[in-house]
Amino acid sequence: MDKQTCFHCGLDASTSHIVYDEKSFCCHGCKTVYQIFSENDLTCYYDLQSAPGATPKEIEGKYNFLENTKIIEQLLEFNDGATQIVTLYIPHIHCSSCIWILENLNKLHPSISTSTVTFGKKTVRVSFNAEMLSLKNLVVLLSSIGYEPFISLDDYSVGKKHIDRSLIYKLGIAGFAFGNVMFLSFPEYFEVGEFWLEQFKPMFRWLMFAFSLPVVFYSGNDYFVSAYKGLRSKILNIDVPIALGVSVLFIRSTFDIIFNLGSGFFDSLTGLIFFLLLGKFFQQKTYTFLSFERDYKSYFPIGITKITPEGKEESIQVYDIEKGDRLLIRNEELIPVDCILIKGNARIDYSFVTGESEPISKQSGDKLYAGGKQLNGIIEVDVLKSVEQSYLTQLWSNDVFKKDKELSFTNITNQISKRFTISILIIAVFATSYWLTRDSSKALNVFTSVLIIACPCALALSAPFTFGNMLRILGKKKCYLKNASVIEQLAKINTIIFDKTGTITANKETAIEYEGITLSKEEEALLKSTLRGSNHPLSRSLYELLNEHDILTLDTYHEYLGKGIEAQHKKDHIKVGSAPFVGYTSETVTLNTAVHISSNNTYKGKFTFYNAYRKGLSQLFNSLKQDYDLVILSGDNEGEKDNLTKLLPTKTKLLFNQKPEDKLEYIKYHQSEGANVLMIGDGLNDAGALAQSHVGIAISENVNVFSPACDAILDASKFNQLHHYIKASKMAINIIKWSFLLSFIYNCIGLYFAITGQLAPVVAAILMPLSSISIVAFTTLATNMVGRKLE
Amino acid sequence: MSVIYVLLTISIIVAIIFFIAFIIAIKKGQFDDSYTPSVRMLFEDELIKEKPKKTLLTKKD
Repeated sequence: MDKQTCFHCGLDASTSHIVYDEKSFCCHGCKTVYQIFSENDLTCYYDLQSAPGATPKEIEGKYNFLENTKIIEQLLEFNDGATQIVTLYIPHIHCSSCIWILENLNKLHPSISTSTVTFGKKTVRVSFNAEMLSLKNLVVLLSSIGYEPFISLDDYSVGKKHIDRSLIYKLGIAGFAFGNVMFLSFPEYFEVGEFWLEQFKPMFRWLMFAFSLPVVFYSGNDYFVSAYKGLRSKILNIDVPIALGVSVLFIRSTFDIIFNLGSGFFDSLTGLIFFLLLGKFFQQKTYTFLSFERDYKSYFPIGITKITPEGKEESIQVYDIEKGDRLLIRNEELIPVDCILIKGNARIDYSFVTGESEPISKQSGDKLYAGGKQLNGIIEVDVLKSVEQSYLTQLWSNDVFKKDKELSFTNITNQISKRFTISILIIAVFATSYWLTRDSSKALNVFTSVLIIACPCALALSAPFTFGNMLRILGKKKCYLKNASVIEQLAKINTIIFDKTGTITANKETAIEYEGITLSKEEEALLKSTLRGSNHPLSRSLYELLNEHDILTLDTYHEYLGKGIEAQHKKDHIKVGSAPFVGYTSETVTLNTAVHISSNNTYKGKFTFYNAYRKGLSQLFNSLKQDYDLVILSGDNEGEKDNLTKLLPTKTKLLFNQKPEDKLEYIKYHQSEGANVLMIGDGLNDAGALAQSHVGIAISENVNVFSPACDAILDASKFNQLHHYIKASKMAINIIKWSFLLSFIYNCIGLYFAITGQLAPVVAAILMPLSSISIVAFTTLATNMVGRKLE
Repeated sequence: MSVIYVLLTISIIVAIIFFIAFIIAIKKGQFDDSYTPSVRMLFEDELIKEKPKKTLLTKKD
């Protein structure tokens, strides 16, 4: 038996000594989950994937809000009193074991009838009998086996989401018609001229006509709508020549078969629309488990505990919080509104909201802002403002969150299509007037042929396929882009702005340095034992840093809130904490967080906490500095300024103490001066800046948890690869330009046939798919080559 | 001679039957999740487990 790792979650289990059923576990939580599974004959869970589980977290009281019927009503998808159906988002879903266990929930509780996992979205849809199992108990059950659902304000009143499947319908219909039309036009291609076939030609042609009707009027209607919209706002977008080509193809073909002039171009027509829709489908790759539209709602809890004037605890909906209410905030819970601390030890982590790296202690009577996370036991607060009026949430009333970045941007295809459309129309007119003087019977034929062959199928396909493939390649490298236009925008960037906390520094890690008289072995052992009892985040990090020592039993131990700890072991006495607390008076003003130590009333020294920067930060900045202006906008104080100036290229601008609005304004100002800004941030405080910038990238240690609204999510481990990703997006633009050239050559060949008046349906039927397929092949190969260079 | 009409009718009816099946499949949401069903179909055999310990031992070997 492997003793090193936990059988359930795979973490190190060498020091825990928890053995059950011949298997070692890292903690009792994991052991309990194993017990639950083995009692219910569900240990197959561990066969599918080794160590697939997660340690269940402490959730006492956390889901009390699920007792509130109003909240339950909003979360349920279906409810007839007895049977209830709910869809829960579970971030931990990651392997086939997860699917298996979650689809066998009915083995764990008899009142669960079915449960279905949607892996891509990381959701499980559970139908259960509400008379025997409440929603709260279901959530508790899931949490107890390590699959804690994530319920946020975003889920509130979502109800039934409408899924847009129209593209699949359209693609299916176009493909269906295309295939059938191709078969029906085979006899025409070979011009067999047999008597038997000649007789049925009209019927075959009318059948083709019938098949092309739904393709033109249903599958292709998006192109007509978009072309009309473009023309109305005086833009010649790519859909204008497409719509023109499609209508000319359809009208000319119908005309041809009515007057028995030929077989028409129904095969090219249906093929064209099929390929175009295929390109659209390919580009539509979205990361269903990621959300790029999140605002504070997906971060905020849905319910909170209110203390009624009679002193009773009651769960209420966050939107129902009123000014003057008394709220109870538990450990690890989020403060949803601006409020005043009344009771308890508040230690608030604002890193997500303001970018400050260390948790802040608050005394009763202090003001607490919404968005902070309580880290230290239970507190009671009085509400000052409702959710919408709180400091943090007001940021979302800024106009930047209302505009759509994609619309305000002309993409590369539309830039080209403007010139393309105009030149095609000029060629068509010239060719027609030429034929009018030579042979007027052919003039109309030539005019329509030019428009048919010039229909920019290959042109319209190159961008979707290049970007679609690039999105996929970058997605594999853990850089998830929202849509294709992000690649185009990214290629144009000239200024890069970074947030500090959580973006260029790692969230969890801090670097600790000791200054002063070296501690003796005994002193270190005493220090470690003292820190062991403290839950203060600084104590925890310091505890982790110190070497292993025997744990001493302390004779006395006192923790003074906001000051420090005092402990006694036999004759040795130690004080750990702030400078005044340990009796160190000659403290010079320093902005870095430090913990001072004194032993037996003599000052020893201090541990200073520095931010730990991400790996490869220096190299990244040095490689970026040649092409880009670099700026750091930090919400934190200037404590790290010296460190940063040493690390980063000298021309990097450093700005500290930036409020969320300041960041937004800074970007706006530089944009007005013509800069194309890439903002890289991680927290809610960057949300405004991310929305304002041309491209906003959110850095995330775990892409499944919250990240603010942005254009792209980058996994923190790939942070140092950023420059390569920007280069790759530039390459993608070059590839598109090359494929434009290629499709231009095809168009010239086609135009030769069209202008000389010899465009036979069979030529069009060969040229169109050939150009489309070769463009698709070229862009796919080229982007894959670029992708191979990425690490 | 007119057998071609019969054949055409039959072939179009067959095509339309498949087409309707396709529409129904979309409506039922079969195209919404393309990953989970591929994993799910492999589970069927392991649903009932009489002696879980045995399988655990075999796994380790």
